[in-house]
Amino acid sequence: MLSVKGLKAEVDEKEILKGLDLDVGAGEVHAIMGPNGSGKSTLAHVLSGREGYEVTGGSVSFEGKDLLDLDPEERACLGLFLAFQYPVELPGVNNTYFLKAALNAKRKYHGEEELDAVSFMRLMKERLKVLHLDDSLLKRPVNVGFSGGEKKRNEIFQMALLEPKLAILDETDSGLDIDALRVVANGVNALRGPERSMIVVTHYQRLLDYIEPDYVHVLAKGRIIRSGGKELALELEEKGYGWIVDEAAA
Amino acid sequence: MSATPDDVLTGEANTAAQTSSKAAEAEAEYGHLVKSEYEHGFVTDIESDTLPPGLDESVIATISQRKGEPRWMLDWRLAAYRKWLDMPTPKWAAVHYPPIDYQSISYFSAPKKQELESLDEVDPALLETYEKLGIPIEEQKALAGVAVDAVFDSVSVATTFREKLSEAGVIFCAISEAVQEYPELVQKYLGTVVPPTDNYYTGLNSAVFTDGTFVYVPKNTRCPMELSTYFRINEAKTGQFERTLIVADEGSYVSYLEGCTAPQRDENQLHAAVVELIALENAEIKYSTVQNWYPGDEEGRGGIYNFVTKRGDCRGDNSKISWTQVETGSAITWKYPSCILRGDNSVGEFYSVAVTKGKQQADTGTKMIHLGKNTRSTIVSKGISAQQGIQSYRGLVRIAGKAEGARNHTQCDSLLIGDKCAANTFPYIEVKNPSAQMEHEATTSKISDDQLFYCRSRGLTEEDAVSMIVNGFCKEVFNELPMEFAVEAQKLLSISLEGAVG
Ligand SMILES: Nc1ncnc2c1ncn2[C@@H]1O[C@H](COP(=O)(O)OP(=O)(O)O)[C@@H](O)[C@H]1O
Ligand SMILES: [Mg+2]
Repeated sequence: MLSVKGLKAEVDEKEILKGLDLDVGAGEVHAIMGPNGSGKSTLAHVLSGREGYEVTGGSVSFEGKDLLDLDPEERACLGLFLAFQYPVELPGVNNTYFLKAALNAKRKYHGEEELDAVSFMRLMKERLKVLHLDDSLLKRPVNVGFSGGEKKRNEIFQMALLEPKLAILDETDSGLDIDALRVVANGVNALRGPERSMIVVTHYQRLLDYIEPDYVHVLAKGRIIRSGGKELALELEEKGYGWIVDEAAA
Repeated sequence: MSATPDDVLTGEANTAAQTSSKAAEAEAEYGHLVKSEYEHGFVTDIESDTLPPGLDESVIATISQRKGEPRWMLDWRLAAYRKWLDMPTPKWAAVHYPPIDYQSISYFSAPKKQELESLDEVDPALLETYEKLGIPIEEQKALAGVAVDAVFDSVSVATTFREKLSEAGVIFCAISEAVQEYPELVQKYLGTVVPPTDNYYTGLNSAVFTDGTFVYVPKNTRCPMELSTYFRINEAKTGQFERTLIVADEGSYVSYLEGCTAPQRDENQLHAAVVELIALENAEIKYSTVQNWYPGDEEGRGGIYNFVTKRGDCRGDNSKISWTQVETGSAITWKYPSCILRGDNSVGEFYSVAVTKGKQQADTGTKMIHLGKNTRSTIVSKGISAQQGIQSYRGLVRIAGKAEGARNHTQCDSLLIGDKCAANTFPYIEVKNPSAQMEHEATTSKISDDQLFYCRSRGLTEEDAVSMIVNGFCKEVFNELPMEFAVEAQKLLSISLEGAVG
């Protein structure tokens, strides 16, 4: 599904990713943990094609395609989805309208017919039900005036609608109280499936109580310095990041 | 006494609060997104009966005679002309253009065939023009509820839906026809909102206007359809001097739509129209404009100069006038649709979207003159600048001493795309009654990289993202437009900002 090899990336001539390797198979859920500033968001942005990051080495292939060659919108149409750590506000842009445009852009890319308003509404209702969300957010402008929890829920709802093959969740748990966290995690779990892989980026172990990963990786100083099963997350919870970082440096 | 607020704006801005914002920080360039060739840039090949260039009293007499006007109309024109000769051109608008040689303009142009009984008699080349514009008259006819008075150059050549309107007693015709058919109405109202001496361009227009539209809605009548006029300038060097007069009698309602496109031309074309609206007691007029005149090439050559005076007079108590405009075209726009809130409890509204890109310049805004008690006005202005576009919002809100309990809400937002464009806001406020409630909000924003990336990460192209964000920015104004017009306006905005891919 996704294969990252020796990925190096710079921002403002400062190297952030320093040779990162990661392999994600179909249907797998990978957790990426690491201290603040270790490059987790950078990885998420580079994978989804944000401008301003210069890739100076390595390769990324996604379903056999060279991902780094593609515009962000092409990556999205091919099935990549990034749930933002800080979802962006689009004043005046109706949330439903935005979602419909996004879904139809993807359908168009694949040569499928665009959904009309009625079929789209039907699909939306169905997905809302799966996620146990109400539709109050859909009539409002995208993320404008949303609470932190609402923004994150909205991201997950977008994911449910766009049905990505690979979803990257960037600190979807941060800023959520325990109830909101549960809602979001249940949403994510409902979307797990053999055809959908996920990279769950998080700073805390807490989220992984709800979303059980198949693999846990520790990202520090621009590299994956340790990989393991979900028990690694528990170990991190107990001992912090320091020991691994020191070990890796040693 | 008609208020002429121009002098207030002209004078030293003694009460002016000024905010000015220019794109400062360097940012990613979206220039390539906003280059779009003018979609409607083509010229129709129609023989025209055109007067040679130049202006003097004999030219005015000729115009008046060709139009078969009564004597009073000619006298009115000549009086306006004589005053105009002594008037200075306005210098204060924040726009720049070479001096206009008014003697090089031809002041009359008419398609050869006139006074047609039916569409069959319309020059086929003209019909083709409408096809190209996407507004075939046959289709327009079928469009339920929309009457089209197609103004081509200076003479109305096709009018539809007359009968349905006349059943309701609504008069909707070319102003030259109104001068002949309804002289008492025209004489009673013409120039009472915008006097010929109001400003340089109204003086010129009053002397030489050759066509335009007249609407009269009788007492307690709701006009049964949206009235719509399409304009198109088509004669090289022919200035357009349209004159529109809309009178809504007591308790009546009318919604009027105006839309324009123009063919590509090398020479600058002057357009100095005058629009007068009069709402009597309990009457309401809604006037919507979507303007897409040729803005000139990338260097700004050849675009339309749009110097328009639009003013509405809420003459009766409880009357209401709303201006909604979407301005995307013209090389230079100079335009301040205004309301005089004379009647007690009268309401004035101004909703505007203006786009400037390339070398376009726009100085636009509104004036709300509160004279009556408990009068209310709302101003929502959305300015979008891209490339090297320059845009100024200039708004005057004046609360007269007797305007007890007046209220104004002004919201003025600018959106900058790229870092070479500019937006200025000049709100002028004059309050002579202490009970007035004034609110003013102004914002300047840019389309951020974050917003673009967010949209793109959901599969939208950069173009779609820009268009979506811009349309979102304009939403409050689009909501005011009649449905079909809003769709058209959104499309127009997307076309003017998206540009050809690559
Ligand atoms: N736009 C940027 N300009 C300069 N430095 C940046 C930028 N974005 C991120 N960084 C730096 O890159 C490093 C990694 O940041 P980030 O990927 O956001 O970390 P994380 O998500 O793991 O907390 C940090 O040192 C941060 O300061
Ligand atoms: Mg981060």
